[in-house]
Amino acid sequence: MDLPVKTFRVTRADLIRYAGASGDFNPIHWSDRVATAVGLPGVIAHGMLTMALVGRAVTEWAGSPDAIVEYGVRFARPVVVPDDDEGTEIEVRAVVKGVTDDGLTRLDLTATCRGEKVLAQARALVRMRDSEPAATRV
Amino acid sequence: MPLDQSFVGRTYPPTAPYLVGREKIREFATAIGATDPAYHDPEAARALGYPDVVAPPTFPVVITFAASQQIIDDPALGIDFSRVVHGEQRFTYTRPVVAGDELVCVNTIEDVSSRGGHDFLGTRTEVTTVSGEPVVTVWSKLVVRGEG
Repeated sequence: MDLPVKTFRVTRADLIRYAGASGDFNPIHWSDRVATAVGLPGVIAHGMLTMALVGRAVTEWAGSPDAIVEYGVRFARPVVVPDDDEGTEIEVRAVVKGVTDDGLTRLDLTATCRGEKVLAQARALVRMRDSEPAATRV
Repeated sequence: MPLDQSFVGRTYPPTAPYLVGREKIREFATAIGATDPAYHDPEAARALGYPDVVAPPTFPVVITFAASQQIIDDPALGIDFSRVVHGEQRFTYTRPVVAGDELVCVNTIEDVSSRGGHDFLGTRTEVTTVSGEPVVTVWSKLVVRGEG
């Protein structure tokens, strides 16, 4: 079963804010000069910002801020963030894969940017607030 | 020069305690656009049974990222941080991080390998309270891009 798609906009300002909040000041997340010098197409989002946004989607689907028991991702492609007002968009999807013996729900997650998957093997194990997944509620 | 594989299995000394601040959690939640009241309002968190505001799921990286500097800055390992990109990340939670927690990290290097001109460094970080209560285990894989 698919949960409703969630979309997150990411701009350069978001990267600066996340750098400050997380303490990750790697210049590939704010300097085109450094990013291109190490072979990237330009400034890229922190992988952990993408993971945080997908985590937000998961807690919102689950209906509680402490729902996640296990959460893992592989960063498959960088999220390039242009230096303009629009930035870029990350679309997050989830499929319910089943329920474990102890009542936890397994989600397979997909995050795409400009039509390409930016995460691989993205999975979460969550405690849904109700026995029914959020998608079945109106 | 590839990273030294003899570092696999190395465990670093526990980091100095990190005191989780309420405003730091709010700042982090705001930076990722997370508006759930439990991240911002102590009363809302108490209603869920927590002593103070709850941190969003990936917040522990604030602590483990700082803690991982002891590996990244280890001159014997010799990582060029400007060439580092994040490969993988995983969390297993005993409970969410809560404001007021005093947390200690123990870093272990689980994997050092080279492929296609890039180096891969896999670490596990056990995050516990100063009294040893487990909170979250964090696995991370960093890729050190080759100069090619």
